[in-house]
Amino acid sequence: MMRIAIINGRVLDPSQAAGEPVAKPVFIEDGRLVAKLSGDADRTVDADGLFVFPGLIDAHCHLRDPGYEYKEDIASGTASAARGGFTTVACMPNTLPVCDHAALVHYIRDKAVRQGKARVLPIGAVSKGQQGQELAEIGLMAEAGIVAISDDGHPVETADLMRKAMLYASPFNLTVISHCEDMSLAGGGHMNEGTWSTRLGLRGIPDIAESIMVGRDCQIAGYTGLPVHIAHVSCRASVRLIREAKARGVPVSAETCPHYFALTEQACDGYNTMAKMNPPLRTPDDVEAIIEGLADGTIDVIATDHAPHHNDEKDLEFALASNGIIGFETAFGLGYTLLVRTGRLSLRQFLAAMTVNPARILRQPLGSLAVGAPADVLVADLETPWTVARSQMRSKSRNTPFEGMTLAGRPVMTICEGRITHDELC
Amino acid sequence: MMLNQKDLLGIQLLSADEIRLVLDTAETMKHVISASSKKTAHLQGKSVITLFYENSTRTRLSFELAAKYMGAASANVSASSSSVNKGESLIDTVRTIDQMGTDLLIMRHPQSGAPHLIASRVRASVINAGDGMNEHPTQALLDLFTMRARKGGLAGLQVAIVGDVMHSRVARSNLWALIKMGATVRLAAPGTLLPPGLDSLGAIVCPTVADAVRGADVVMGLRIQLERMQKALFPSVSEYARFYAVDESMLQLARKDAIIMHPGPCNHGIEMPTLVYDSDQSVIQEQVTNGVAVRMAIMFLLSSRRNV
Ligand SMILES: [Zn+2]
Ligand SMILES: [Zn+2]
Repeated sequence: MMRIAIINGRVLDPSQAAGEPVAKPVFIEDGRLVAKLSGDADRTVDADGLFVFPGLIDAHCHLRDPGYEYKEDIASGTASAARGGFTTVACMPNTLPVCDHAALVHYIRDKAVRQGKARVLPIGAVSKGQQGQELAEIGLMAEAGIVAISDDGHPVETADLMRKAMLYASPFNLTVISHCEDMSLAGGGHMNEGTWSTRLGLRGIPDIAESIMVGRDCQIAGYTGLPVHIAHVSCRASVRLIREAKARGVPVSAETCPHYFALTEQACDGYNTMAKMNPPLRTPDDVEAIIEGLADGTIDVIATDHAPHHNDEKDLEFALASNGIIGFETAFGLGYTLLVRTGRLSLRQFLAAMTVNPARILRQPLGSLAVGAPADVLVADLETPWTVARSQMRSKSRNTPFEGMTLAGRPVMTICEGRITHDELC
Repeated sequence: MMLNQKDLLGIQLLSADEIRLVLDTAETMKHVISASSKKTAHLQGKSVITLFYENSTRTRLSFELAAKYMGAASANVSASSSSVNKGESLIDTVRTIDQMGTDLLIMRHPQSGAPHLIASRVRASVINAGDGMNEHPTQALLDLFTMRARKGGLAGLQVAIVGDVMHSRVARSNLWALIKMGATVRLAAPGTLLPPGLDSLGAIVCPTVADAVRGADVVMGLRIQLERMQKALFPSVSEYARFYAVDESMLQLARKDAIIMHPGPCNHGIEMPTLVYDSDQSVIQEQVTNGVAVRMAIMFLLSSRRNV
């Protein structure tokens, strides 16, 4: 097994005690972090001027495999993740067929081991076929290695099924991840409901379509005392409800995505389908609330909701275009540029939201640079500006609204369990 | 002066000067229509395609006659006969049409933004003949033409628009156009049929039809789709007519010389009583004639820009 020495870098590990980045070497041997190498390094990485962090963990992505390999597959998706600095990604079950049984979990994990450039943690469905009727085989999937359950792509429409999912998942040590969307309010909408939807003549999705279900899930979690994790929080109303629930001691956690602090509904102007996603981009006030929520810890996690789509699914009339954007390769740069550079979050807070916090919610012993931990490492350049270019991306899909944007914060080397999965330093 | 754009996608993208130019040009065209020999050479040698993904006899006919009066070769493609139903994408369809040497492509489509999607992909000038709930710019321009002809100007006009604003591209295009030209727009509709943010976009939203119509120079009714009842947007036709019809009692509140407009087709007795529809104050038939003149003006302006 390879021995790697990363020298001259400044190291920050948000899983460890508070403090500034410190200049120290990081040693890797046999896929683990070690105090010192047992022999000469096979590779010495000079990280002078660079930062060394735990590898990023994405709590929410769509790898599209099996069933939609024309959008993405496990090989291309994890290559994209590695280029974005991720060493672990948790993939949602809305594949074809749906990941609602153990065989699918095995398929994903085996393929990831053979072809993946990142650790892939499957998330199982809450309900069979994500139909919102009967529970999926959650226990058998837990045995096969899922790390959470979710019907993402769809809400769990009834409060009854959500409650049962929490109760049933609890002994298997799994958290329910909730895609909050009241379909009676959201149904038929294509962008945030407001002045822009009126100007563009598009059916709107009001923010209460999200927050009403966030409120419901917080209440169920409070009642059962069991955890729920709110996926892709997009609006102030949801942030407020989660903040209040946390203050009462309800075991709720939450994630947002880079687009919800980087863009507003105005990005839909000109019927730009790259700005079409679910939940939709909201107002500047919502963006502010998302950043406040990250800053005060109401929102624990920054996830990508990486959602690859083929050109043909975006090059359409706005209402017919698919929801979602790819996110692995822009998440770190967007977060660093828009949250840390602006002084809204400390570097430590930002990194925690992409490493140790998602590890905690997925209940994985990951996201740490402690000696003995899996050698998941990100080496990042926080100074040199770079420009987002679709043509350089590793994802099979090209659906990003950030093309041409100049960012700071670039993953230059990614190491997953001691294996170099992305390398701009050689 | 000329139009500053290749396409006519919506009023939102036009300046007040461009709107004025269209209306002035339409004055000239109206003379052509009223002449005994309706022939000009304004579009001689040009090819015009109408591509309608929604049925509309009157709008389509208006465009086709406008093209013929100006000597263009025109053809129409309707959704039922086109390859749309065979799963061909909109972009593929219009690229094919474009390759056949089309100069003006007039499209109606049920999806908002469909003309914007194709405009950058074809050489032809695209004219939006109605897209989803977004815009129907030629309708607004003919409405403004009619108002200006009757009222002598647009700045300072008080215009009441009554009905299903939410789903109406006619209301939206009129709203943008009238605000740009300095008119005041008051809207009245059931609360379920008003999209959000209208006040911040420059309209005055009124709680009742009476509030909207009081002192108005122009009263415009909008078509109500009766299917909207099934979506719980209003309870019944008779209740709608009771609270939202533009009837004689409402007209009493408008200025004595107020004109009555409707984009058609009208649900007689629901949006307005037949008496009002056919009254001396109604300019609804005139709107139809003006529609041809305005569409001639737009086609001429867009195609002459291309010759430069
Ligand atoms: Zn979701
Ligand atoms: Zn998702």
